[in-house]
Amino acid sequence: MRLITHNMLSSNIKGVVNGFPLRIEAEKVMEKTMEMNSEFLEKMFEKVDWKAFVDASRAMGYTELPEEANSSMLDSDEFLNRFHHALLELDLEEGALVCPETGRRFPVSKGIPNMLLHEDEV
Amino acid sequence: MKLKQLEGLLGGLQQFPQPKVELEQYPTGPHIASRMLFTAENSFEDVSDKVVADFGCGCGTLGVAAALLSAEHVLGIDIDPESLEIASNNAEELEVDIDFIQSNVMDLGWRGRIVDTVIMNPPFGTRKKGADLDFLSVALKVASQAVYSLHKTSTRDHVKRTALRDFNASSAEVICELRYDVPKMYKFHKKKEVDIAVDLWRFVPAASHQSRNT
Repeated sequence: MRLITHNMLSSNIKGVVNGFPLRIEAEKVMEKTMEMNSEFLEKMFEKVDWKAFVDASRAMGYTELPEEANSSMLDSDEFLNRFHHALLELDLEEGALVCPETGRRFPVSKGIPNMLLHEDEV
Repeated sequence: MKLKQLEGLLGGLQQFPQPKVELEQYPTGPHIASRMLFTAENSFEDVSDKVVADFGCGCGTLGVAAALLSAEHVLGIDIDPESLEIASNNAEELEVDIDFIQSNVMDLGWRGRIVDTVIMNPPFGTRKKGADLDFLSVALKVASQAVYSLHKTSTRDHVKRTALRDFNASSAEVICELRYDVPKMYKFHKKKEVDIAVDLWRFVPAASHQSRNT
């Protein structure tokens, strides 16, 4: 699971008011190589929750993203490269996603998060 | 990529070895899958450079097709871990990157509408009544741009009415009618092959406010 996916998912357990962002516990992170598409990145920049994204990238061991970001930074190739790398190339292979309100762990195995809810969580 | 080329690539994908009847696991054949994604891309520009989600992805045929047609990011969601393992191998085989999530499509939590396009071959609801419309209801809340889906032609009026009236779709159009060959996979199938007429639909969700950075 890559961070673009993490940035759009939230915990949907019954009773949870704000299930976003899921906290990442990383045991194994892989790196993919993806072609960069700057137009896509510009569009995604408008949609990404930046704070959740930076925190998630740090949980994955990547510390090159600035704490704050604004759209003027998209003119910088260096920024675009880092944004691209963190968004689309870091891949959580083993670990867990943790609900921020209840602490319930959703395990990630072979890159696939198991978000199945128990009967009493629906 | 040409249609025939896409269909050829999808024809090599592995499908359910032991389909689960309760999940209505019927494979999406290469003929239908290639036409669905080819139309979405070439008539409506809903695939390339987009975030595309495959709901109830099964062995991943539609998601792989989206990735082959240059979707920027593809998500595949399914409740069944065995299907996801096959889907994951299929993606690897064709060297495309897809993020898979194990979840009931009904239960997954989403922040905002980051997904542009949802593609799906939902359970037709023959085992669990209304299952296809349950999927559609969620898809129209998650997608910002379009939803492509297959439904039995016999339910056309009902699908249209429900999408527009109950799910707030701003449009619901049948793009074409296809024949869905369901090979005899389950014991309760009496005939050797069942040929069902299905509609390929394109739904446009109601305009939504997207979340933004301030």
